[in-house]
Amino acid sequence: MATATGNEQNIANLDMPTKRRSLWADAWYRLFRNKGAVVGMVVIAIFLLIAIFASVIFPPTVNGVKNPHAPLTINDGKGFLPPAWIAEGPNGQKSDPSFILGTDTLGRDVLSRVLYGARVSMVVGFVPTIIMLVVGLVIGLYSGYQGGWVDNVLMRLTDIIWAFPDLLFFIIVMIALRDTPLGQAFNGLLMLFGALALVNWVGEARVVRGQVLSLKEKEFVEAARCIGATDTRIMFKHILPNSLGPVIIMSAMMVPGMIITEAILGFLGLGLIPAQDPNSFFITSWGALMLEGQTALNAQPWLLLGAATCVALVVLSFNFLGDGLRDAFDPRLQGTQ
Amino acid sequence: MFGYLIRRFLAMIPVLVIVAAITFILMHAAPGGPWDRDPSAKQLDATTLKRMNEYYGLDKPLWRQFTAYVFGDFNSKGAFICGAICGNLGPSYRVRGMTVQSILFSPPEDKPFWYSKFGYSARLGVFALLFAIVIGIPVGIFSALNRNSIFDYIGLFITTVGISVPNFVIAIYLIIIFGSWLHLIAIVPKSWEPISAWILPAVVLGFGTLARTARMTRASMLEVIRQDYIRTARAKGLAERVVITRHMIKNAMIPVVTILGPALAGLVTGAFIIETMFSFPGMGREYVLSIQRRDYSMIMGTTLLFAFLVALANLSVDIVYVFLDPRIKLS
Repeated sequence: MATATGNEQNIANLDMPTKRRSLWADAWYRLFRNKGAVVGMVVIAIFLLIAIFASVIFPPTVNGVKNPHAPLTINDGKGFLPPAWIAEGPNGQKSDPSFILGTDTLGRDVLSRVLYGARVSMVVGFVPTIIMLVVGLVIGLYSGYQGGWVDNVLMRLTDIIWAFPDLLFFIIVMIALRDTPLGQAFNGLLMLFGALALVNWVGEARVVRGQVLSLKEKEFVEAARCIGATDTRIMFKHILPNSLGPVIIMSAMMVPGMIITEAILGFLGLGLIPAQDPNSFFITSWGALMLEGQTALNAQPWLLLGAATCVALVVLSFNFLGDGLRDAFDPRLQGTQ
Repeated sequence: MFGYLIRRFLAMIPVLVIVAAITFILMHAAPGGPWDRDPSAKQLDATTLKRMNEYYGLDKPLWRQFTAYVFGDFNSKGAFICGAICGNLGPSYRVRGMTVQSILFSPPEDKPFWYSKFGYSARLGVFALLFAIVIGIPVGIFSALNRNSIFDYIGLFITTVGISVPNFVIAIYLIIIFGSWLHLIAIVPKSWEPISAWILPAVVLGFGTLARTARMTRASMLEVIRQDYIRTARAKGLAERVVITRHMIKNAMIPVVTILGPALAGLVTGAFIIETMFSFPGMGREYVLSIQRRDYSMIMGTTLLFAFLVALANLSVDIVYVFLDPRIKLS
């Protein structure tokens, strides 16, 4: 008897061999199985930590004395030191092991400048994306759900913005408003955020709108309406969570675009306004570093290599993460793009 | 078809006018003007300044300057001067005696058309596109046919790099490797006559398009391989070579061909960083310079030209589709 009930118990246990997972848990699970995405996340996390703790790694002053390795400390007579692994640079300078990536024309430590540059790229990658996400979601939801003139205006606006070569727009905006108080705010970054968000929110809104248009004909929305849910409730409780997948994918794909745009503008001398105060949060950006390095490209390539490698690494990581997110949220799309 | 084209061209006009308006507003919001010189140098005297402003119409209200530029206006003698819609992009503010269209489109003396600024940029774009097609499509086809092989993985990795890493970063690496270490190429060539000078800029510019083309080809091939008509073709005993060339590639190319038009427009208009890096005598570098010099008509003219090219490329996609896929009708 006892064994029989034991067996029944076992059979009953066999009935539920796996735990039920929600859509999100499922997506997370698939994301963490994707090696590229995990590597991407790790690299991004490292750069985030660098960005946050740059001033701890290379503080402007140590015990009240100027730190020779701080990004703005000018070391006289130590200009153009080659990186640590090259014994002697083309100008005859011997390398100094404490300057791992060498020094620039004024004798400033290249490594610390590159690490501080991570701050700008990380902030430029995330802040405009979040602004756009909020604006795009709200307008996309409203325009898809209510239609009407909002929808019309959105569609026309997209036509115009997509016809405008966006880099040209950024260049014109940055040059035009650079000397105004708005252009000077946050070392010019506020202007950059504004310009980036202004151009890109439309794409986000279009994606949300498309999602909403297909979702609002679904049965569950009809059911919600039957039991008397208000429009706001349907929009935010029923449609919004179901349309988040493509939105998250699109946002992850947009981040590298932002970082690249900042680097391009910095490279044209239009990005971040380089700081003079050693205690300010944004000292320099990778684009600005590449611009400085370009003049000495032939003799001192290490000035460029650090910043260029960081841009490449971060952008690649975000792309791998974006690919991973796409596969995780929409397995049908796997390997198509 | 003809009616459709006319409608699409007419639909372009409001978009271009708004693009022009945004550029115009931003340009005039920028501090400084075309006559600003180094403050320490000799300045323009007031009468000359007044006459210059009159000549270029800068003394008129802004809305009138805008309509004069885009549509046209009556000059002081009462004759109507047609604006940008007639192809008149206005006199340059900085290059004396030259109009914007002659700066962009007319070559130096006794040289053919493709030696103009536009010609240089167009040639660079075409070379980059050729490079992308000649390498990208075979790589995509080969990857799809040998899916999950080591070649496929290497190809996927390189194309991911190509899509994500911006072209000027790739340019930096290539310049350092081939220019400063191997000394195979001059970083800033003395002349753009020999074809060897074009290799690096074209490769750098085309690399992103190459990656996108290869990916697109691979994805579209994988889609086609699954189709029933491929099984049918194999079942009726066609040679594998014929199945691949006649049945797979021919059908897989439709989506690929459609991205090439916008890609060319992107390559011609989006080259300014590469042009600036390599001191290339093209339109993109001229554009960046003109913004810095506040050459108003040059900024407006070039922006309009760029926007027009992009719009034209998008239109070309729809038209090419009809020729490639008889099931699609324009309406």
